[in-house]
Amino acid sequence: MIRITRKIEFSAAHFYHNSNFSAEQNRRVFGKCNNPHGHGHNYVLEVTIAGEPDPTTGMVLDLKELKDILQTEVMDRMDHRHLNYEVPELSGQIPTCENIAAVIWKLLEPKIKTGKLDRVRLYESPELFVDVSAGNGTQP
Amino acid sequence: MKISLTRRYRFAASHRLHTTKLSAAENRRVYGKCSNPYGHGHNYVLEVTVTGPVDPETGMIANLGELDPFVQREVIEPFDQKFLNEEVGEFREQVATTENVSRAIFDRLKGFRLARLERVRIEETSKNSFEIEDGPSS
Repeated sequence: MIRITRKIEFSAAHFYHNSNFSAEQNRRVFGKCNNPHGHGHNYVLEVTIAGEPDPTTGMVLDLKELKDILQTEVMDRMDHRHLNYEVPELSGQIPTCENIAAVIWKLLEPKIKTGKLDRVRLYESPELFVDVSAGNGTQP
Repeated sequence: MKISLTRRYRFAASHRLHTTKLSAAENRRVYGKCSNPYGHGHNYVLEVTVTGPVDPETGMIANLGELDPFVQREVIEPFDQKFLNEEVGEFREQVATTENVSRAIFDRLKGFRLARLERVRIEETSKNSFEIEDGPSS
């Protein structure tokens, strides 16, 4: 089996706030990320597809096809958006790196027809990333 | 679906690869310049991976407000700007290779109660990295 990874970058704003929490609890749990004006990141997304190369083309999948899927499913939805307000798939969720990566996994998985989605790695910054993969892990 | 969170930290420390179980000549042969008696140092990069359920109230596996001070207290403060052989207890009896440093750090971080420690990865330099995962052999 071969794994291929494509990387994209998108920029978006967010803040963390749970309306079930008091103002004091929001500040304590989320710290600076609770600033209601929001803040932003340059997210880096690595998408890994696993599969056997097609004997004719030598490709696991056509990267152009993956590029188009990433454009439609991720860039068009999230790039230069406010994740709290503009991405319906995240509504009702705190837009943490964990939840954004899980949403991206759920958006991409049914679109990958050749090969299998193996891993989604989302960097919020060079110092913090989340991995989502298939398997008997924990929720969501 | 399985989900994990990885945080990168940094510390700078010196070490010397040397064991009293080997002769001076054998130490030189096995460890080469890393056996220089005065020691040498690295800018270590430490990646800590935790896993567990994403709390629906916070959207988090682990709150960095809790993970960061824990790693700071257990590893960064005791290791940063130190001579590992002399100043970190684990390396009085064992060679401060990055294999052993990885295992010592894994053992120190296992005590994190708010998520499960899955992996510790250390970059000793940009060319060498070492990983240890939760499991029977860790």
